[in-house]
Amino acid sequence: MKITILQLFLHLLLLFGLSPLLSGVIGKTKALFAGRTGPPWLQLYYDIWKLFGKGLVLSRVTTWVFRAGPVVGLAVPVLAALLIPFGSIGAPLSFTGDLIFFIYLFGLARFFTACAALDTGSAFEGMGAVREVTFSCLAEPTVFFAFIVLARLSGSLSLDAMFGQTLAASWHSAAPSLLLILVCLFLVTLVENCRIPFDDPNTHLELTMIHEVMVLDHSGPDLGMILYGAAMKLFVLGALVVRLFLPGTTGSMILDLLLFAGGMLLLAVIIGVVESTMARLRLLRIPQLLVGASLLSFFSLILLLR
Amino acid sequence: MNFLFLSWLLLGLGACTASLPWRSSKIPAILGGGSAVLGCLSGLIAAGQGLIAGKAETFSLPWSMPGGSFSLRLDGLSAFFLLPLFIVGLAGAVYATEYMQKEKAPLHWTWYNFLLVSMAMVVTAANGLLFLFAWECMSLTSFFLVITEFNLAEAVAAGWTYLLATHLGAAFLFAFFLTAGAFSGSLDFSSFHLLGKLSVPVASALFLLLLVGFGSKAGIFPFHVWLPDAHPAAPSHVSAIMSGVMVKTAIYGLLRMCSFLPVSPVWWGGLLMALGIIGALFGIAMAALQRDVKRGLAYSTVENVGIIILALGFWMQSRAAGQHLIAALALAGALIHLLNHTLFKSLLFLGAGSLIHGSGSRNLNHMGGLMRRMPVTSLLIVCGGMAISALPPFNGLVGEWFIYRALLGGGSTLSGLGGFFPAALLGLLALVGGMVIIVMTRIIGIALAGSPRSPEAAQAHEAGWPMLSAMTVMALLCLAGGLAPVLLLRVAGQAGVLLDPDSANLFAGQDINPWWLGMMAFMLLGSLLAAFSFSRWRQRRGTVAAANTWGCGFAFPASRMAYSAESYTELAQSGMFCSCLIPESKDGQTVGYFPLIRSFVFTAPDPLLEKFFRPLFQWTAGYCRRCCCRLQSGNLHIYLFYVFSATILLLFWAWQR
Repeated sequence: MKITILQLFLHLLLLFGLSPLLSGVIGKTKALFAGRTGPPWLQLYYDIWKLFGKGLVLSRVTTWVFRAGPVVGLAVPVLAALLIPFGSIGAPLSFTGDLIFFIYLFGLARFFTACAALDTGSAFEGMGAVREVTFSCLAEPTVFFAFIVLARLSGSLSLDAMFGQTLAASWHSAAPSLLLILVCLFLVTLVENCRIPFDDPNTHLELTMIHEVMVLDHSGPDLGMILYGAAMKLFVLGALVVRLFLPGTTGSMILDLLLFAGGMLLLAVIIGVVESTMARLRLLRIPQLLVGASLLSFFSLILLLR
Repeated sequence: MNFLFLSWLLLGLGACTASLPWRSSKIPAILGGGSAVLGCLSGLIAAGQGLIAGKAETFSLPWSMPGGSFSLRLDGLSAFFLLPLFIVGLAGAVYATEYMQKEKAPLHWTWYNFLLVSMAMVVTAANGLLFLFAWECMSLTSFFLVITEFNLAEAVAAGWTYLLATHLGAAFLFAFFLTAGAFSGSLDFSSFHLLGKLSVPVASALFLLLLVGFGSKAGIFPFHVWLPDAHPAAPSHVSAIMSGVMVKTAIYGLLRMCSFLPVSPVWWGGLLMALGIIGALFGIAMAALQRDVKRGLAYSTVENVGIIILALGFWMQSRAAGQHLIAALALAGALIHLLNHTLFKSLLFLGAGSLIHGSGSRNLNHMGGLMRRMPVTSLLIVCGGMAISALPPFNGLVGEWFIYRALLGGGSTLSGLGGFFPAALLGLLALVGGMVIIVMTRIIGIALAGSPRSPEAAQAHEAGWPMLSAMTVMALLCLAGGLAPVLLLRVAGQAGVLLDPDSANLFAGQDINPWWLGMMAFMLLGSLLAAFSFSRWRQRRGTVAAANTWGCGFAFPASRMAYSAESYTELAQSGMFCSCLIPESKDGQTVGYFPLIRSFVFTAPDPLLEKFFRPLFQWTAGYCRRCCCRLQSGNLHIYLFYVFSATILLLFWAWQR
């Protein structure tokens, strides 16, 4: 239970400054695979900046819920980011049981994004809302199992301690479990951020998409907030994966920061590689993969139960 | 205690006078509604006194019933259950002054007030006979409220199912009290502590009697079959009382009686946990399939009761295993979730009633676009939906937070099977939590958002101030619970200390304190406000243009093309549900290039009722009828033989004594 001003400042700086860069790295990686030049590294920054200056078009059907979607979508990842450590920089807010709050925060974002999509009255967006709530529902047990493994290893129920200093020692004692939940959390990051193989962020007009179709009717600053919020969500969930992959500390804060930033960029490259080398799964296969991930994470827990 | 008697007096007076043949239709509303409001206020004072004072008050009168005495006891546990009872009773009374049709209102007030009195008596009775008397009064008055719409066949059918189920359950309670009375020598609860000396097999048999008897009222999984029919059939504020409060009186009964039994063996808790998680999964899956908004909410009650029972089971199991911190967390979670469920479920039922009042239909597919026509009701339903989905900053998260923490505590510290079960339950509970979001976004997205799906919905009107104010109070209480979770824990502590002093003493400890949760709720509100003001600030720069929904360039969207209630859950249904839950649908397929006109019928009846209970009872009825025919053959000499043999048997019996 502590609030540190420096940690708060660093967290917000990294989150607001670095999160849109991940999308640029993913885009460049995909372009490299396809033999294209690809969009600039900072494309998402330009997009967000441009959208914030634009006017707004609202459907005549919509109400305040439609406007609430982007607001919640932006506020939630910011608050969630304060509950987790970025690399070895501890979380600014931390309390026993904050992992439950963390998970339900994203539930709040999902609730409002889905309601906002349905508020347009379009079948397209309804379809996206259904897929989002259904797939996230299946991903939730995986996250809980992964967290309970970490809680078991660290002996604490706060995210800061679970992803804290004990992680490096845990890799020595329980490497198989941690490897499994690393894979599972990576899968959850992909499904929650609607990346391939679960969803294709590039398609706008196919019936296979999830997140992109939900935000079809948002425009101007609202769309900018959604894009920013989505980038931050990827950053927050990615930070958990990176921390799991790169535990421990070098002792110097600057080096730690660089290590963390490098880890995040590496994660973006890996996501880009996955997106370039894999096709999107058939829709009915997705629940099977998600249930598979849950079972995998549960298995990693059983390995520790002894 | 005096305020409780005052409340009963007021409610009773209102009940007796409201249904007299008054000339003006306003007088019953004033008498019934006024007495209910005053009675509930007075009852709230009594509950508040009980919670603050924290010590038991007793009252006793001689009663000419054999074995019975009119003795009451108001302690922390009773006060904990009285509090939500009178809050919802008050909101329901204010709501009903507008909601009830004129001609049905007077009689409704009689039953409503008597229902409140009998429920308050159930949770304060300190004698087995008085308890059963109040229990039966509660069942009967609520039965009459269920069949308020007695001109509708389905309401009457639901009422009969309810009456049957509740009396079958009561039979088990009679068996329990007779056995317990025989063991302890008296039906007074004060002598029931002798039950604590029973051997484990006998106590387990009594526990099973309790589980069936109270479970059939609480809607615990296999005994829930009456609930999804009866709760929606009643007027909406009565649904709120039944779903929010009446099922909780059964949980009160279970807790109170279990507190007399010896400390439970581990398997009692295990049984409750199993029933709880099955009920939660089953209830929420069925809720996702209902197109009737109130039926969906009733199934969600089955789910929430499942969660409460799961937490109570985990409490019993951890207490038996001697893990007091985990037991304290589970007990706090169960009690807080119970209180919270009362608040948000009654808010949602009142909101659903307002939608039905405004749009004239209970079918989600006939609503749509109500957010524009009924803005306040819709806002309050969104609040209720967030609360029931356990989303911050509302109260639903607080209870679930404790339950999750208990399960996490079990799963992350215990080894072997002791850690396996909490971890598995945690995953399943997370699944339930995700499905609640599906169900609530479905209700909000199909009924409130989008464009109107029927001409009636396009003409919908907002409710008046009595209905809105009742709902607003509930929504504010939900928000207050989320912002000040410590208060909820305090209230739960008053009940917990009677059930399990060892664990409840830990409630005050720093380890359990949820004040950070309230702090985070405030921070969430702050960051939402910041994001909102940013959005407003950017919007002022440009103009806000209004256009049709773009929807990928499809310029003429119609409400018939929008996602319907059935299509919303199709993915979950085909991907996640087991085959026994799949609803019956008839002929939705179109074949060929020029398909004929097709109709699509979709029904989701309760599989347990249709495939198990109804065939069972029909077979029993047929068997009994055949036996009856054989006994009543119509010959006079056979009947004389019956009389003769009965007399001889009685003589023998008298001689034996």
